[in-house]
Amino acid sequence: MSEVIKGIAASAGIAIAKSFRLEHPDLTVEKQTITDKDAETKRFEKAVNQSKQELELIKNRANEELGEDKAAIFSAHLLVLEDPELLNPIKDKINSEGVNAEFALQEVANMFITMFEGMDNEYMAERASDIRDVTKRVLAHLLGVTISNPSLISEEVIIIAEDLTPSDTAQLNRNYVKGFTTDIGGRTSHSAIMARSMEIPAVVGTKAVTSTIEDGVMVIVDGLDGDVIVNPTEEVLAQYRQKKEQYEAQKEEWAKLKNEKTVTSDGQHVELAANIGTPEDVKGVLDNGGEGVGLYRTEFLYMGRDQLPTEDEQFESYKTVLEKMEGKPVVVRTLDIGGDKELPYLNLPKELNPFLGFRAIRLCLEEQDIFRTQLRALLRASTYGNLKIMFPMIATLDEFRQAKAILLEEKDKLVADGIAVSDSIEVGIMVEIPSTAVLADQFAKEVDFFSIGTNDLIQYTMAADRMNERVSYLYQPYSPSILRLVSMVIEAAHKEGKWAGMCGEMAGDQIAIPILLGLGLDEFSMSATSILPARTQIKKLSKAEIASFKETILSMSTTEEVVEFVKEKFMN
Amino acid sequence: MAEKTFKITSDSGIHARPATLLVQAAGQFNSDIQLEYNGKSVNLKSIMGVMSLGIGQGAEVKIVAEGADADAAIAKLTEIMDKEGLGE
Repeated sequence: MSEVIKGIAASAGIAIAKSFRLEHPDLTVEKQTITDKDAETKRFEKAVNQSKQELELIKNRANEELGEDKAAIFSAHLLVLEDPELLNPIKDKINSEGVNAEFALQEVANMFITMFEGMDNEYMAERASDIRDVTKRVLAHLLGVTISNPSLISEEVIIIAEDLTPSDTAQLNRNYVKGFTTDIGGRTSHSAIMARSMEIPAVVGTKAVTSTIEDGVMVIVDGLDGDVIVNPTEEVLAQYRQKKEQYEAQKEEWAKLKNEKTVTSDGQHVELAANIGTPEDVKGVLDNGGEGVGLYRTEFLYMGRDQLPTEDEQFESYKTVLEKMEGKPVVVRTLDIGGDKELPYLNLPKELNPFLGFRAIRLCLEEQDIFRTQLRALLRASTYGNLKIMFPMIATLDEFRQAKAILLEEKDKLVADGIAVSDSIEVGIMVEIPSTAVLADQFAKEVDFFSIGTNDLIQYTMAADRMNERVSYLYQPYSPSILRLVSMVIEAAHKEGKWAGMCGEMAGDQIAIPILLGLGLDEFSMSATSILPARTQIKKLSKAEIASFKETILSMSTTEEVVEFVKEKFMN
Repeated sequence: MAEKTFKITSDSGIHARPATLLVQAAGQFNSDIQLEYNGKSVNLKSIMGVMSLGIGQGAEVKIVAEGADADAAIAKLTEIMDKEGLGE
């Protein structure tokens, strides 16, 4: 019998495949006294061997599909499992103290983890995460629980998870993962953003998929209406195959606009750009007729690995994106880590309010080695295309000045070393903190452009955590208070002859698009798959007509009023 | 007994990949092989031992092998040091 689970449509399209549960099992260990020490030692050795066999498989798969570089980490994990300095103390502990293997393993592993974490060397501190990973794998075997190995997926699947962290998604193979669905999250959570950038259908915030869907059952993910259908009957399957075809046909219609400029009915051009996370996403941008990259989230370069990317690695990624975009603008956002995006190998302390804490530019200005490496890689890549550099989370002019000064210092050093650097790199900021939006007139004198990051701007303005479902009603992009801030930023930019873009989800939203057009936004950066529908919509709108209602909209008092007005005036 | 001193020239010192290669190679020999750095000595067959030294660029390290195949071990490890551009 088909069962339907409701969720939030996070990425458009229909996917039909078998389920794959991505689990992070409970690995809590209890201390127990054992009598048969030999049997316990054997049990431990067996778990180690099982883990090694698993790692061999993963290593080989990673070698074939991700390349030797990504596979190297698994070779290191294998060596840890052969390390006499780790294995012998565990066996000694089982024998001399008569404790269970799980406890002995955890005690010894923790000792090493503490030792590595305490080292005054960033690289060594990162090794702690290797030991943690390996320990988890052996513990899972000892406890008889399943640990998911997404890198071993070898057939088409739909991922079922409580939530997907950026490092989970980094491991997913795009050839096999056809869609995913999660218990938690909303349209702007990272799992949703990743799904759109991978162009795979997703339904998030279902509250129920992990408790309902077993491994290996047929699942339909309807990312258009936000439905997940479990064990569909033949009839339902046929119905969704048809819906899928219709959607593909609609996509073909949109595709006809692929090579056209985005021009309103009264002849005004606006730029439709795409948000990307990796160089592989550029193909999607071009296939969907993107006129540029409005936001390149560089943090994915830093994730799903065990150490910082080198300057050369970064240079290659930036160069690839710039070259593939063939002179179209590419706005690269410098490292935005912290908040909900963690890098285990940096060992940053947990914070009570990570969204208000040590993240993004705040971290980069403090950890300047990391920042300077990235800036040098960007500067070196600048001659391969049309690069614009954007700093995230700027709250004060002083932060922008400091960041820009560091950029110029690195530029001077490179030039002095005889390395070519473009002279026309625009340097701008992301406007996502209300203090910056309010002071936009002052910022506009010093920056080359603004890009309004609405996901965070809304959460900071409304003081509502966007990861917290109980306050999600406050996530109101069309609220007059947000629209006024957006309008202030655009006006401030234009007054100084600069341009203003938007790279939050709002930029690709059907209701927001007419409003933003009327407020004078120059660049709309969205998920690649939203570009063609947006272009279709904008071609029918008159910018001058909407602009004549600007004051009317900005003087409205509630979100509902705004939405009703826009729907009635501009959406028929 | 055989021994050899190396000066580490690689930017990032002995990090994951080279450490892995050195430990894998050491494991193929019967000799007892120690890596000495900064007054500390660890088993070169132990990945965690090697990593725990935190060997960076410019470090002077010594590899000491003791056993029947000590010379062969030193030769092999020297080859890896060269090939990986680790040190001289």
